Amino acid sequence: MSERLLDIKKLSVTFGGLHALRDLDFHVDEGEIVGVIGPNGAGKTTFFNMISGMVTPTSGDILFEGESLIGLDPNQVTQRGIARTFQNVRLFANMTILENVMVSQHCRTKQGVWGALFNTPGFRREEREIREHAEKVLGFFGSRLVGYRLEQPASVLSYANRRRLEIARAMATKPRLILLDEPVAGMNPKESAELTDLIGKLRSEWGFTIVMIEHDMNVVRDVSDRVVCLDHGETLAQGSFEEVSTNPEVIEAYLGRPLEKQS
Amino acid sequence: MSDITADVAMTELADGLSEATEVVKGAFEIDRSKAVRFGGLLALALVFISLVGMPVGMDGRQILYWINPDVYVNHPDGQGLSLGYVALFLWPLLLGWAVGSEVVLEGMAATKRGAHDLVTGLVVGVIGGLGVSVLTMLLAWDREINPENGVPAYGMRDPLVNWNEDLYILLTFNRGWTFALWAWPLLAGLLAMFGAGLRLMSDPIRKAIVAALLAIVAVSIFQFLVDDLLGGLGETIADPGRLSNFFGDDPDAGRPNVDSVFDGLLDFVYAKTGGLRLQGVIFVGVVAAGLSLLGSYVTRGRVKAARQAYLDRPVAERTTSSAIGMVVIALALIILPFFTGKIVNELLANVGIFLLLALGLNIVVGLAGILDLGYVAFFAVGGYTTAVLTSAGRGESWPSWVPLFVTDDGEAVVGGWIIALVLVMIFAALTGLLIGAPVIRMRGDYLAIVTLGFGEIIRLLFLSDWLKGYFGGAQGITNIEGADFGFLGTVTGVNPRSVFYLVLFFSAIAIYVSWRLERSRLGRAWMAIREDESVAEAMGINTVNMKLMAFVVGAVLASFSGAIFSAKVGSIFPTSFLILVSIIILVVVIVGGMGNIMGVIAGSLVLIGVLGGPKQPGLLQEFSEYKLLIYGALLIWMMLKRPEGLVPNARRSRELHQEEFLQDAWLKGEVDTGDDEGEEGDAVATEVAPA
Repeated sequence: MSERLLDIKKLSVTFGGLHALRDLDFHVDEGEIVGVIGPNGAGKTTFFNMISGMVTPTSGDILFEGESLIGLDPNQVTQRGIARTFQNVRLFANMTILENVMVSQHCRTKQGVWGALFNTPGFRREEREIREHAEKVLGFFGSRLVGYRLEQPASVLSYANRRRLEIARAMATKPRLILLDEPVAGMNPKESAELTDLIGKLRSEWGFTIVMIEHDMNVVRDVSDRVVCLDHGETLAQGSFEEVSTNPEVIEAYLGRPLEKQS
Repeated sequence: MSDITADVAMTELADGLSEATEVVKGAFEIDRSKAVRFGGLLALALVFISLVGMPVGMDGRQILYWINPDVYVNHPDGQGLSLGYVALFLWPLLLGWAVGSEVVLEGMAATKRGAHDLVTGLVVGVIGGLGVSVLTMLLAWDREINPENGVPAYGMRDPLVNWNEDLYILLTFNRGWTFALWAWPLLAGLLAMFGAGLRLMSDPIRKAIVAALLAIVAVSIFQFLVDDLLGGLGETIADPGRLSNFFGDDPDAGRPNVDSVFDGLLDFVYAKTGGLRLQGVIFVGVVAAGLSLLGSYVTRGRVKAARQAYLDRPVAERTTSSAIGMVVIALALIILPFFTGKIVNELLANVGIFLLLALGLNIVVGLAGILDLGYVAFFAVGGYTTAVLTSAGRGESWPSWVPLFVTDDGEAVVGGWIIALVLVMIFAALTGLLIGAPVIRMRGDYLAIVTLGFGEIIRLLFLSDWLKGYFGGAQGITNIEGADFGFLGTVTGVNPRSVFYLVLFFSAIAIYVSWRLERSRLGRAWMAIREDESVAEAMGINTVNMKLMAFVVGAVLASFSGAIFSAKVGSIFPTSFLILVSIIILVVVIVGGMGNIMGVIAGSLVLIGVLGGPKQPGLLQEFSEYKLLIYGALLIWMMLKRPEGLVPNARRSRELHQEEFLQDAWLKGEVDTGDDEGEEGDAVATEVAPA
């Protein structure tokens, strides 16, 4: 087995009296694609928020490349190499598509006030690199986000393209691990099939490790190496898609328990 | 035969009559409730303005003065039109125009314009005028003439300061209240009808009329500026040798006294005591209307085409021509003060000081979205630091190692101000960090309130008895030496032209800084923070550091302004740094157009130049008493009608008009409606097309 990229140990968080996550153990290996499923309110997004530093866990530890992420700010987590997308697409709507992707390379660049003011060679080189990288990342999605679109504000994009731009923005931070929060939500079957392919390519061509929350079981089946099912903040089951999807507890969590067993 | 003709004639007559009755009937089919609402609004506005004292306060300034132009009479008995009356007559015109406005939505037919518009205007005006009549009646009822000395007294004078004889004379046109009773409804009715009638005219005609009216008022109000500019230019044309005194304080020093070549024109247009002569009114009106018509019929299309051609050119070429444009503007600005008199230069210097502040605040508020209401603190730090370093009159408690750039005989040390400025910069940046560090972690309203508090704390520190030995408490610091630049001259308040140049130089720096930063990694990070702070942080932006940096850059620019301010004024007091200054700079940025450098420049010129700063008079000195009223009204109006400001930032106006923007983009086919219609759709289309 390869090295543990992300290792989560006994992670708990409570909001008041509510246990959003309870003693969660979870790990991701380098180069894996892990699907996280579970009914609404299972704690999936909270789980992402905690990895990305937006919520501080009550107890437990998150190790990334062997170092703890607890207590880091979201920007430091991104700096370490974890990028994410949001369930409810949150682009910088009034910045152009190119700017959206350029700005997310912030933590990989370093030019400051002096470079900008005196337009130093270093500043120009860095700007050029940022732009080239942004165009390369956007080119990953075919012709949809490049060309004349580069200079258009993100707000004119269709829903599916906004999701793609969010992924592009996450890719541009040069991460090792990408957390995708419902990447195909709101897409039609054709679009989601296409995005499923792209998620596979994110690993094969770009070498990203991926953790993905998704409700669309076709996508989860097609792309995940391993599936984890959460419910009420606890791991219900994990293993291959077949194992998890046939697990009676998982079916129960999604569909409720059969009538005869309820008594 | 004749019978038939008669019949035809009769039917025609009948038709004509019924048509006429239709028109007459139609004329009275007005939206009564709207007319009454606007009329009531007009009445309220007129009464409010009268009681605030604006008409009386501005009565001394003549706009038109055509009968006996060389005799000054405080209350014109039909001799002309004072600014005070303009302040009243403006409203029926505006509301008459406004009552005809309607929102026409897609697919909705606009109401047909016609006689009913005029009637609506008339109704609005008459109702508004009746409001003034009632006010006049009340004044007359309250007016009691003291039998002993014949001086009228007013019982209500106590709560209402402006409830006095001056207002009575003004409102009655000095013809007794019975005259005012019918004159006001008639006058306001006609004015409002005219305002409503503007909507019935064809576009070019209306534009010409509006241009003529605006030009007459503007030329008259800005008489002083026109006089000054044309006077200076005319003198230079008459005696080009004046230019040799370019670096001196006074261009006329040692030169023979010459008359401006424009003197004839100025005498033709203006009366000696202020205001336009009748011939001036006609001249200005005809010229303005003519230019407007010329613009409508001849040049308009060409200007548009040229603009489009310019925009279509490649960006690189455009950069060259914008650079040429910048150089031309810069040269014009450098030469400008030479033609203007002391007072206009003083005005420009004030505009520059506030422009510098506004540019700094624009980075903080416009780019990074940090609503800083205590911005004046950095202005104060800049001013006081400079004062401490360049005034022999600084507090006694300073230890001797704190440098003082003043020679023993009380002269400024050459270049001392520059060294002081470096220290000022460092100090302002430190203050920015000090205030920013605790504040910047907050967001939105909380941040605004806390900055407001810190702004006051800094001022109170300078005012305090505790630090009196350092900053002089309420007495402030006086005897601040100007900035001595050796052979380049000394900048002091006595020579506003030099202040203007200094301020111009620093504004250029500030503009360059804003422009460069906006297009850099930092600018992008600031924009992202403004758009969505938590996402920006999740995308790897250290929001605390970035916001702090914006705060510090803003602080340094404000401190430059403070340093120039103290060199110019020569003495500073805590009262120069009231919270009002923060508010006014913010209003300048908002009204001008947040996030846009051109907008901020426009805002400073309009607000500080025309209306005046917190304590500095503007071009319209008559307005200075009502400055804050006008600032407030302008702010409210802008927020309602044009929240993106006078010269909007494209991005910001997109944000504020998201719906309209998307609609436009959709019409232009730029909105992305999903993929299937995009690539694959196109592919299918090309496949199908040949078949």
